[in-house]
Amino acid sequence: MTAAPVETSPKSSSERGKLARARLLRSLLPALSLVLVLLAIAWLNPRAISYFGFSLMLNLAIPIALATIAQMFVIAGNELDLSIGTFVGFVGCVTATWLKDAPLVGVVILLASIGVYALLGALIYLRNLPSIVVTLGMSFVWQGLAILILPKPGGKAPDWLLSLMAFKPPFVPFPIIAALLIAAVVYFGLMRTSYGVILRGSGGNAAALERAGWSLLRTKIVLFALAGLFGVLSGMALIGITTSADANIGNGYTLLSIAGVILGGGEFVGGRVSPIGAVIGALTLALAASPLLTFMHIPPDWQVAANGAILIIVLAARVLISRRER
Amino acid sequence: MASLRALLAKPWIWSFIGALLVWLATVAFTGGYGGGGMITAALSLAVFTVIVGVGQMFVITLGPGNVDLSLPANIGLASAVAMKVMDGNDQMIAVGLLAALACGMAIGAANYLLIWALRIPPIIATLSASFIIQSVDISYGRGLQIKPPPGFADFANRQILGIPVLAILTVLFTIGAAIALQRMIYGRSVLAIGQNIRAAWLAGVNVGRIRFLTYTLSGALGGLDGALLAGYFRGANVDIGNEYLLASIAVVVIGGTSVAGGKANVPGVWGAALFLVLLLTMLNTFGVSAGVRLLLTGLIIVGVITAAGGQKALR
Repeated sequence: MTAAPVETSPKSSSERGKLARARLLRSLLPALSLVLVLLAIAWLNPRAISYFGFSLMLNLAIPIALATIAQMFVIAGNELDLSIGTFVGFVGCVTATWLKDAPLVGVVILLASIGVYALLGALIYLRNLPSIVVTLGMSFVWQGLAILILPKPGGKAPDWLLSLMAFKPPFVPFPIIAALLIAAVVYFGLMRTSYGVILRGSGGNAAALERAGWSLLRTKIVLFALAGLFGVLSGMALIGITTSADANIGNGYTLLSIAGVILGGGEFVGGRVSPIGAVIGALTLALAASPLLTFMHIPPDWQVAANGAILIIVLAARVLISRRER
Repeated sequence: MASLRALLAKPWIWSFIGALLVWLATVAFTGGYGGGGMITAALSLAVFTVIVGVGQMFVITLGPGNVDLSLPANIGLASAVAMKVMDGNDQMIAVGLLAALACGMAIGAANYLLIWALRIPPIIATLSASFIIQSVDISYGRGLQIKPPPGFADFANRQILGIPVLAILTVLFTIGAAIALQRMIYGRSVLAIGQNIRAAWLAGVNVGRIRFLTYTLSGALGGLDGALLAGYFRGANVDIGNEYLLASIAVVVIGGTSVAGGKANVPGVWGAALFLVLLLTMLNTFGVSAGVRLLLTGLIIVGVITAAGGQKALR
């Protein structure tokens, strides 16, 4: 890590310069880790750095990024969603069955499931429940529903979804464009609008917001509904890529999405999240998960371990930087 | 009446009432047939959830964000280690159990090392650790189909008057855990840290050491659980601990322990574990499909936690 460019105005003391540098480094860390993974891939297999290579390697990055954004909304309100993975699987099953055979019913089911998410937010707030347990219970509910809808792997994605996910724009692979789009939309909505500030504030200082007259019930409902919405998008995108569904297809997404948010610079408490970071974190995970490890000739037995090690290394680097910030 | 009200005010009573209701519903469905056998089966399965649940309870009590997600991987690895060390030989049972305990303690200590030295949030630290442990287990236990020694398998399955021996031992263990929690310096320190880590530190509690001990304890219990599971099911495999991730967290919270930390409840872990096992038995008895079973399990967990209410409702 070389010295990052710092604006040095004559007024700022060296102390403040150091702080700004540390803060900049910290916000750049998600991007740095992505670049590092990309460099490693380029070094190991230069041919992978191409239009085709990226389309292939980042294939599953879109649903992972969407699920990570969903988790990010929940974490922004100091909660945790342990059901997002099975929810993505449930949406996938609906997409591959109802949405294709009876689009209207499918749309109603998906909207209703977003409604369920909003209700969960209300329930968690009104009864002051631990979100970990409520969503843990919901993870069984979604999985049960998914199995009821699709007892055996199968179904088929709607044609419009298939053609959307197979879209091949010129020059830049679709997953990269999609990731940029997701990051930009969510960044604008959560970081640049006034209600976005309120939403993050509900995680930062709930008591202050309430005294200022904002409804915490509403912020919680909105955050959970947004999580549901992005969960639905994630499940649909996933089925658009895999073409058919399976009740267990999304199970890994719960942990991936949490790791993505944290890799992207988010914190579990305090409403400190970053949409751009979260998308970058998701891309890093998607790349590190298998392409990098395959190129490194890591035996399949140890690929899971390598994932864990990558997480630890990135977080350790972040801590070293954060320590300087203090 | 006053004593009844005092009893109902205990946070753990609800999980036992739930377990009783589920049992009654099942017995009513079968027309009174198999009620005793059901309790025996529930006790012997609940034991494994209780052991890891107690470890998880101590960790969760440390305060928000503290949770041990490495338990399933830990159980899997320890079960393989125990079976390999015992090697089907009755003389090696004690050594194998010690090896499983040591393996679990090492994992717990490594978890805390990540949390302390690298300041990684416990959720992510134990999650990353579990990835690594899982790989070690896959690579170490490849093709491993070692049966437990006959003496150990018999011990894990033995019953006295319809009560599993393991359940009796686990009751003794949980009594010990309850005493440690409420009457010993270690337990009081855990509670103090969970209530306010800074106040605990200012009051002279060695926060680092207590947290280290707690994660190590959770790891050790996971290791022990792995060995016992391998004995009970007569063989170790990589996936043997998978269901204990959700189960260990669920029993802690349903049992009345606060997720915000600082308030723990040992009897509740037993009640909740029996409740979950009996619930599964009931749904199986009713002959519902896997999908409906999962759906109802989830709805009941959400329903119970909603009825029990959050921290505000209890005070």
